[in-house]
Amino acid sequence: MTEFLQQLINGLAFGSILALIAIGYTMVYGILRFINFAHGDIFMLGAFAGFYLAPKIAALIPLPSIAGTLVVLGISMALCAGLGGLIERLAYRPLRKRPKLTVLITAIGVSLFIEYAGQFFFGAAPKKFPDILPVWQVTRIGGLSLNSNQLVVLGVSLVLLLALRFIVLKTKIGTAMRAVSFNPEAAALMGVNTDHVISFTFALGSALAAAAGILWAINYPSIDPLMGILPGLKAFVAAVLGGIGSLPGAALGGIIIGVTETLVSGYISSTYRDAIAFAVLILILLVKPSGLLGKKEIEKV
Amino acid sequence: MNFRHAKTILLAAWGVSLLASLAASRINPYWLYVFYDIGIGIVMAVSLNLINGYTGQFSLGHAGFMAVGAYVSAVITNQCGDLSMFAANGIFALALLAGGLSAALAGLLVGIPTLRLRGDYLAIVTLGFGEIIRVLLQNMDKVGAARGLSVMHGWTNLFWTFGLAAVTVYVVAALVNSTYGRGFMAVHDDEVAAEAMGLNTTKYKVTAFVVGAFFAGIAGGLYAHSKQFITPGGFGFMQSITFVVMVILGGMGNTIGVILAAILLTLLPEGLRMLAGIEHLAGFSANRPLSWLGETRMIIYSLLLIVLMLARPQGLFSRKRNAPVK
Repeated sequence: MTEFLQQLINGLAFGSILALIAIGYTMVYGILRFINFAHGDIFMLGAFAGFYLAPKIAALIPLPSIAGTLVVLGISMALCAGLGGLIERLAYRPLRKRPKLTVLITAIGVSLFIEYAGQFFFGAAPKKFPDILPVWQVTRIGGLSLNSNQLVVLGVSLVLLLALRFIVLKTKIGTAMRAVSFNPEAAALMGVNTDHVISFTFALGSALAAAAGILWAINYPSIDPLMGILPGLKAFVAAVLGGIGSLPGAALGGIIIGVTETLVSGYISSTYRDAIAFAVLILILLVKPSGLLGKKEIEKV
Repeated sequence: MNFRHAKTILLAAWGVSLLASLAASRINPYWLYVFYDIGIGIVMAVSLNLINGYTGQFSLGHAGFMAVGAYVSAVITNQCGDLSMFAANGIFALALLAGGLSAALAGLLVGIPTLRLRGDYLAIVTLGFGEIIRVLLQNMDKVGAARGLSVMHGWTNLFWTFGLAAVTVYVVAALVNSTYGRGFMAVHDDEVAAEAMGLNTTKYKVTAFVVGAFFAGIAGGLYAHSKQFITPGGFGFMQSITFVVMVILGGMGNTIGVILAAILLTLLPEGLRMLAGIEHLAGFSANRPLSWLGETRMIIYSLLLIVLMLARPQGLFSRKRNAPVK
């Protein structure tokens, strides 16, 4: 039982990171109906931003510390938000009226570009992410061996998800986002600046991905320019699993994938772990093709 | 594609590739392997074009089928010792066929459950199947697991590579130009309308998957016996993407364009690599003035991809086909 709880907490921490990435996929999909393949690479850039920022921040605020971590997290999120907006402006906006496949290939091009440029500028070898957060070993809670990092991951993810929920449901820009997602033409007619809203959506998603990157690096401190590929794919699977376009769906999908993967690799076989996400996805889509919380799209003839 | 002369072209391609393979000893081995890559790229891209281009499904797992073909054929030929040229080619043909059929079976297994899914959902499920195949191979100790599998015989030659590329082109062209094959394009243009016209859209989609997977399996066999070393990681998601890019750059559903794109995309990184190796260049004083191209060639490749999509989104070589009315 203790071991099960232990695995469950590991899985929740992993799953909440996936959920943060998945939200970015699902928001962009909800508005533009295309898979932003470069999203996993923004996650990687978030981690690298933290890697290069940490020594600079350490000169001002001693690290490891909570305040320093928050500063690193905040700046990295802001940088990636800007970058996400920039990518949208340069690569995707000119293709807005083109077939979706064109945009998809462009996104793949952007993804490859970030990965190769990352290998060129950061070097292809894995790097050790600095210890920016003080770690306490929280033990003896029913024999569980908990690490404060995992709790931080869970806590920060929860706060970010709640903040996102607030932005989407209660603010003016959030209302505009939902309007554009529902019907872009009608939203434009009602005076919503769709370009502005789309850029904001990319920035928001990228900021969450950057946060996920930092949280990931705190938990698994080896980072390299290709680290975004697999978590990116799994997060996308999570978004589809939850019903793409649905924010709670993305969060739920992330948690399900994270927990299942951790439990399977803990109890059955760890060498199969990369196949778990896809197996779960296929099983669920066979039963419910629109995903767990997705709306069934009615096809108009 | 104009189909009238297809049989003549097929025979000509066989003749030329036979002659070329007889002259292979005179070709620089480096280029020989680049030619193999081109031929394999053509088989992969043209067969994927049947699924993604003509039928309008979106498969992101083509490299998975390639892996099945590569491993099955390699396991078969690894049982053989040294053989005479005649026997070797016979066994190789059977091994390629076995690889193709196993991949086709995998295609059937993927095709049947994914029928209900459309668009992006289908894309992610095929991607998932490709990854699952990779992970399964990584866990099979008998074929070397993640360490990879050595392939004893380098039996791939120009004749098999380009002969089979010609067969792939011929079969796909024959299929989509037949009365039966119009159904693929009907599914592509409007699935609902096609169904209303009484077409069994499900059957068309599965057929596209099975035929596409069959040729991907054959390409896998060629690949295994050209590289002589295969690892599960070599058939990952990025490989599948390479073939998808060939199809889209070539112009979806345009066989000639896809062939040209396969050639271009195989040559591009090699060309950049060569440019980087040039010792002297007029107007430059430095040794190897273009050596930066070597380090940055994949960055240039990805940038070209983005620029091409912005400038010519219909594909490099695409001709206009009447767009479906939406």
